[in-house]
Amino acid sequence: MSIQFSKDHEWVNSADANAAVVGITVHAQDALGDVVFVDLPAVGATFAQGDVAGVVESVKAAADVYMPVSGEVVEVNEALRDDPSLANSDPMNAGWFFKVKLSAPAELDALMDEAAYNAFAASA
Amino acid sequence: MSDTELLTTPLNALHIELGARMVPFAGYSMPVQYKSGLMAEHQHTRQAAGLFDVSHMGQLKLIGADAAAALESLMPVDVQGLAEGKQRYGLLLNDEGGVIDDLMFFNQGNDTWFLIVNGACKLTDIAHIETHIGNRCQIVTLPTQGLLALQGPQAVTALSRLVPGVEKLVFMSGGSFAWNGAELFITRSGYTGEDGFEISVPGEHTEALARALLAQPEVKPIGLGARNSLRLEAGLCLYGNDIDSTTTPPEAALNWAIQKVRRSGGERAGGFPGAAKVLAQIDNPASLSKKRVGLIAKERVPVREPAVLENLDGQHVGHVTSGLLSPTLNQPIALAYVQPEYAQPGTEVFAMVRGKPVAMVVSPTPFLPPRYHRG
Repeated sequence: MSIQFSKDHEWVNSADANAAVVGITVHAQDALGDVVFVDLPAVGATFAQGDVAGVVESVKAAADVYMPVSGEVVEVNEALRDDPSLANSDPMNAGWFFKVKLSAPAELDALMDEAAYNAFAASA
Repeated sequence: MSDTELLTTPLNALHIELGARMVPFAGYSMPVQYKSGLMAEHQHTRQAAGLFDVSHMGQLKLIGADAAAALESLMPVDVQGLAEGKQRYGLLLNDEGGVIDDLMFFNQGNDTWFLIVNGACKLTDIAHIETHIGNRCQIVTLPTQGLLALQGPQAVTALSRLVPGVEKLVFMSGGSFAWNGAELFITRSGYTGEDGFEISVPGEHTEALARALLAQPEVKPIGLGARNSLRLEAGLCLYGNDIDSTTTPPEAALNWAIQKVRRSGGERAGGFPGAAKVLAQIDNPASLSKKRVGLIAKERVPVREPAVLENLDGQHVGHVTSGLLSPTLNQPIALAYVQPEYAQPGTEVFAMVRGKPVAMVVSPTPFLPPRYHRG
């Protein structure tokens, strides 16, 4: 299982450690409501785990997107920028935010698996 | 405030049954959205008819031969000249001319005036009214009364099916109607910019009426989230955001609510709290230090309160008091206070969003043409 989850409600699919995919969870998009805007990081920017790497906004609220793992942004989802509602309709696939070249893969060990995240989200 | 201390409206069980997401608002547990979500609810209200629970708002009556004159002594608006059967927008002011609350008042005849005030302000409003005019009229609060709003181009079709005769009302008029043994007080008004109605209904009949309205094919339930985006598109102020005790009516661009009879040279000029300051500001607009305006962004980056506004030189010229992405225009819109030299339509200012400037243009409000039924 290569998809893991952060306490900030991001998921990361690290099947390719040179281009780990990051998005927001089903729970996060549901709490936010209809997403109308995303601000994505610049390709080539580097972030530490926990840094604010982007913004996701609905009509009623704005939320920061935190880096679930340290690394360099190697690609962003331009389709999401054009159609932010993908974050609602397909948050785990077509609604991905950006891809990261991991600089500290050991950080993945501290993230949650799906069952642990679902329990965390249900209790939040 | 913890959930256990929150008050509930007569529709609480219905909201939960309908799958609403409940949030604390004005001391009440209120639906922020239902299952279809803010965007769908917003569009449904613009296209068909939306039902809103606004039972958290304060309802009260002022009764007595002196009630109109007494109420007029608290507000810069023409109360005594309002015809029976008509509704008007009013503003309670403090001694500095700041807005204590905005409200709707209605002349029900027989020296009876029906008021609807903001939920978050109702206790202080009632105390203010009792302190200042409690000796001049009877004040009857209606804490158990429900209040529903039915808004949208098909509201009249849906409501007139249940309550024949409401189709004859025009914007800002109203009257009493019977429904299933309940007495309803219905006005043709609202907070969305659409044609629609507000229905005051006894608490014990509120859920039955809401269910009967929701059974109409045009009607869906709408939460507070869409209520806010709808009112902002309509250019209507939200008390606590766009007006408060530190803003005067001229600063808030609400001079339209001050009829000539209460202005300098009018038959009943002044005689309300803060009159000297408010009338001086109307007579000499150049004396204003800030003015409320509408803004539309030139790019699609949402701008929210309390974003700072700057000019081209990076100088602070104002701040946003309400802002969101307009679901109808698909562009960010906002209400803001700016220095008067930046208040002309067409003026460009820059909202600072996460440290980056977003160009916005001062624009007339409402942002959409209103669709009130003026008859």
